[in-house]
Amino acid sequence: MKKPEMKKLLESIAVPVLAVLIALLISGFIILAIGKNPIKAYGVLLHGAFGSKQAIIDTLIKTTPLILTGLAVGFGFRAGVFNIGAEGQMAMGALMAATFASNFGGLPPAVAIPLTMLIGMGAGAGWAAIAGFLKAKTGAHEVVTTIMLNWITTYVASFMVTGPLATGSGTPKSPEIAQSAQLPILMRVGAMELSAGILISIAAAVFMYVFLNKTTTGYEIKAVGFNPYAAEYGGISVAKNVVLAMAISGALAGLAGVTELMGVHHRFLGELSGGKGFDGISIALIGQNNPIGIIFAALLIGALRTGSNEMQFMGVSKYIVIIVQGIVIFLVAADRIVKAIYARKKVKA
Amino acid sequence: MDELRKDSRHSKLGGHDDHSEYAVEMIEITKRFPGVLANDRVTLRIKKGEIHAIVGENGAGKSTLMNQLYGLYHPDSGEIRIFGQKKVFTGPRDAIKAGIGMVHQHFMLVNTLTVAENVVLGNEPVKGVNFDLRKARQEVKELSEKYGLYVDVDAKIEDIPVGMQQRVEIIKTLYRGANIIILDEPTAVLTPQEVEELFEIMRNLQKSGKTILFISHKLNEVMEISDRITVMRGGRVTAELITKETNEREIARAMVGRDVVLKLDKAPHTPKEIVFEVKDLWVKDNRHLDAVKGVSFQVRKGEIVGIAGVAGNGQTELVEAITGLRKAEKGQVLFEGIDVTNKHPRVLREMGMTHIAEDRLKHALIRQFPAYYNVILGRHYKRPFANGAFLNHQEIKRYTAELMEEFDVRPRIIEHLGGNFSGGNQQKLVVGREIKAGPKFMVVAQPTRGLDVGAIEFIHRQILRMREQDVGILLISMELEEIFSLSDRILVMYEGQIMGEVRPEETTVEEVGLMMAGKRLEEIRGGKR
Amino acid sequence: MRVLTAILSIFVNPQFYKIALTAATPLIFASLGGVFSEITGVVNIALEGIILMGAFTSVVFTYLTGNVWFGVLMAIVSGILLALLHAWGSIKWAGNQVVLGTAIILLSQGLTGFLMEPIFGQPGQTDFVGKVDEITIPGLVDIPFLGQVIGEISPFVYIAFGCVAFGWWLIYKTKLGLRMRSVGENPEAADTLGVNVYAIRYFGVIMSGVFASLAGAYLSVGEIGQFKELMSGGRGFIGLAAMIIGKWNPVGAMLASLFFGLFGAFSNQLQSLQEITVAANVKSLFDTIPFVLTIIVVAGFVGKSRPPAADGVPYEKSE
Repeated sequence: MKKPEMKKLLESIAVPVLAVLIALLISGFIILAIGKNPIKAYGVLLHGAFGSKQAIIDTLIKTTPLILTGLAVGFGFRAGVFNIGAEGQMAMGALMAATFASNFGGLPPAVAIPLTMLIGMGAGAGWAAIAGFLKAKTGAHEVVTTIMLNWITTYVASFMVTGPLATGSGTPKSPEIAQSAQLPILMRVGAMELSAGILISIAAAVFMYVFLNKTTTGYEIKAVGFNPYAAEYGGISVAKNVVLAMAISGALAGLAGVTELMGVHHRFLGELSGGKGFDGISIALIGQNNPIGIIFAALLIGALRTGSNEMQFMGVSKYIVIIVQGIVIFLVAADRIVKAIYARKKVKA
Repeated sequence: MDELRKDSRHSKLGGHDDHSEYAVEMIEITKRFPGVLANDRVTLRIKKGEIHAIVGENGAGKSTLMNQLYGLYHPDSGEIRIFGQKKVFTGPRDAIKAGIGMVHQHFMLVNTLTVAENVVLGNEPVKGVNFDLRKARQEVKELSEKYGLYVDVDAKIEDIPVGMQQRVEIIKTLYRGANIIILDEPTAVLTPQEVEELFEIMRNLQKSGKTILFISHKLNEVMEISDRITVMRGGRVTAELITKETNEREIARAMVGRDVVLKLDKAPHTPKEIVFEVKDLWVKDNRHLDAVKGVSFQVRKGEIVGIAGVAGNGQTELVEAITGLRKAEKGQVLFEGIDVTNKHPRVLREMGMTHIAEDRLKHALIRQFPAYYNVILGRHYKRPFANGAFLNHQEIKRYTAELMEEFDVRPRIIEHLGGNFSGGNQQKLVVGREIKAGPKFMVVAQPTRGLDVGAIEFIHRQILRMREQDVGILLISMELEEIFSLSDRILVMYEGQIMGEVRPEETTVEEVGLMMAGKRLEEIRGGKR
Repeated sequence: MRVLTAILSIFVNPQFYKIALTAATPLIFASLGGVFSEITGVVNIALEGIILMGAFTSVVFTYLTGNVWFGVLMAIVSGILLALLHAWGSIKWAGNQVVLGTAIILLSQGLTGFLMEPIFGQPGQTDFVGKVDEITIPGLVDIPFLGQVIGEISPFVYIAFGCVAFGWWLIYKTKLGLRMRSVGENPEAADTLGVNVYAIRYFGVIMSGVFASLAGAYLSVGEIGQFKELMSGGRGFIGLAAMIIGKWNPVGAMLASLFFGLFGAFSNQLQSLQEITVAANVKSLFDTIPFVLTIIVVAGFVGKSRPPAADGVPYEKSE
């Protein structure tokens, strides 16, 4: 890479990297405030995420859906829409797929797997398209509508697993999906099984990159995201592209849900989405809405999630990860704060 | 040249100690913005009670200078004296306290509040803890009567006409005790008749002892109303003139630095068949009121039809309706005989129409896209820019380089972001794109707004070149000079209707001005006998 | 037929109206908060987070001091602090206000969840810590029907209506209110007249924090006397919808909140009707009604009500 390009790259990652560091610093103080040692806590976190082969696999398993929800939200941002609904779309995708996939016993994996994926992506896309359509037709803000849809999904899912799909006893859950619809295992370490879902996630990232940068539809979506008036003037249909962008975003979120279904849980349960859709927001922002950045950001949040499980044993709640994400999102949204700090450091250096 | 030097010497002579002759002195003012020296040691002296014009083309530094006088900007160096006293303004409040009032080019009015509320905002009369609306209304009414500035105190700003809005702005300054009133390009939004009314108001204010600064680039107006003139160019003062002793040519030379061609040569050209037609078109504005009321006209290949009119008479809505950006409620739009009413911009572009938009940053350009993406906007999905679903970046970049060369867009960097080009170069990019698309019909709206003379000349030549290549052109402009010099036929729009159609060689500015103010052509010509 | 009379009987039951009022109360606070912020031009999605934090803080301090009103006071303090954070990011640093609001919601969810164990020793929800009792208004409570609705009710309901009256007076009758409205419509115009745009916006956002925290305090110590995770339950967003329907007017927002309250009370009463013989979990689907309603309302009303012109746009002085 040439020198000016290198400089530009460094500048573009300065904001998110600094934001994460500052967030970890502030969170360290919060840990201190409840009487725990932050350095020890972060040490435990690192160990929990990367300290053993099993830990690394666990981190990768957690990262898989996060890449997809990050792509979902990031894709939306490129189109000028804020898809907070990734959480509900993920759950909806998993729910719909689970409903059908328990009956796919008779089909060979080569058919069952893609079919299940399609159902999941379609459900996510459809759910998101509702918000997209309302935005395009009525101007309804997608933040409000998608959050409302998230809440509706929670109730609908709860209804389904206590009613039509109810199985067994204990935690409400759906029946297990057919063996042929389950993703093959790539690696097994102890109790941890890394499914092919990770490959699907990376493929999706590649798809997003190619789609946005090389195709005419990608051009149109970006144009609409930057300046809908100019896009319209240039003959681009804003309404069509807003709905399309939400649908693709929803499909990615739905894919996150369905890979969790097919690769990890093999049935639908309440905790399947468990905040991963919201994680997608900070991942997209840290990754600057760029597929490669998103992969790294997803790995970071995945590591935090895995490591924080260990931290609980020393009395530091898992919620610290949400606090870290909140601070990061704040700093990236008000990025001038970080840029001012970065400029001051440059002057000092 | 000698005359200019004589006057410059005169204003530096004569009692440096006796400042009471001057209402305003701005001495050696320098102001820098990133990348541009807006004011370079500018010295300006305004005598008490005079009407002083500050003249220069766009980008000469006039507005920057006046904004420092009003406390909106702070000078990097230099001194400001008001009635002989040195002043440092930390904000508009200080300037207002020193007796300075400013009427901005783009009105600073709150649309949803009433006239009275707008006038008193920031200096509201109170009754205990409450805002005393009654007193506010009374005080505004008194000022209105005293200075002959008719306004409706209870009307909301969004409901009153532009001329009244301007009077509200003037009353705002008088309410705060202004003795020095700055008017920044006040005639841009007025008809020739309203301009006369404004001049009458200015003379009245002068009689009441007020000092008036009048910023303009319209030389005929400056000659009519001012006592003295300061000319600026490139951030510097290039002349100080006494109006009675100078003329338009001299001012223009000081403004531009060379002899200006006041009118381009337009060769005669025979128009061909009709390419575009509008029949009884009705369009609503953003507030659901009728903005275009039954407009009809035709444009032929190889002719330029100019639509003149003061801003806000429906031109924007008309252009948006015929380019597919706004719904037409009634009527028809026909392209080569085919009904294209309310079709999407893509359909219109496919048929051969292009559009140089009035608001380039809103419509024509995407700031965050590099030049090579902006240049294909509108044809991005067609060959050679795309093969099926994929873009052909190599071809796109090659085409962009070619266009930037042909239309002299600077800097010649295809990766340069749209928003980083200067206004003139942005416009050249847009003009280049729309022309190179090879249209049959072009809608050209306010093509030279905010540009310097060099860019204006360039774009006018391009438009005339299109005419010679038998492209039909609809030109919408608020600059009468531009309309007169380019159009083959002129239509005048007032309150959504066409008041008349004339040929530039068969009419006068007065006649067009009357139409812009609401008189139909038949009335004007019928009456004159 | 029996089902129909059962449904109609809901409307003649004074309890129904009382439930509607109490359901509307947090929305009245939230929508009023939204009005204060957006009228000055700052979009405040963070309301949801401020409500949650208000609910949590009031329970914490009631638990620590035994004094419920001190808990409410501290809730207001927490609301002001969170609002200040949002204002700081939005006004001083001109950040994306929608994303900033989301950050604050996450921070609020994170902090409240994080502090559960250290303070209360258990996750998920707290025990009962104390509650603001209903007050009985002598005379009023004896009036037939009306007395059963508002004669014996939480003081928060009266405080909410009081705040609306205060808000309406402030915005439309004082010079501060005139300046607030101008700053949201055309901040540049206000600036040229010497109005301090930034200060007014800070004020608007901080007031929204005060009102939103009161909504949260009511949900916890005003109604059930304890804190449960995520108990704000989307009310911040429903409050924003009420603000839109109410056309950014305090009284309009209040009426819209009452409307939402009625709907909420209706779906609640519907679920407890024995005449409707459907499985319990189907009845729980009725809980989605307020959210579906919000979507319909937001979609239907956005075009018709116009927000303040400068809403959501950071003001940058050109120096």
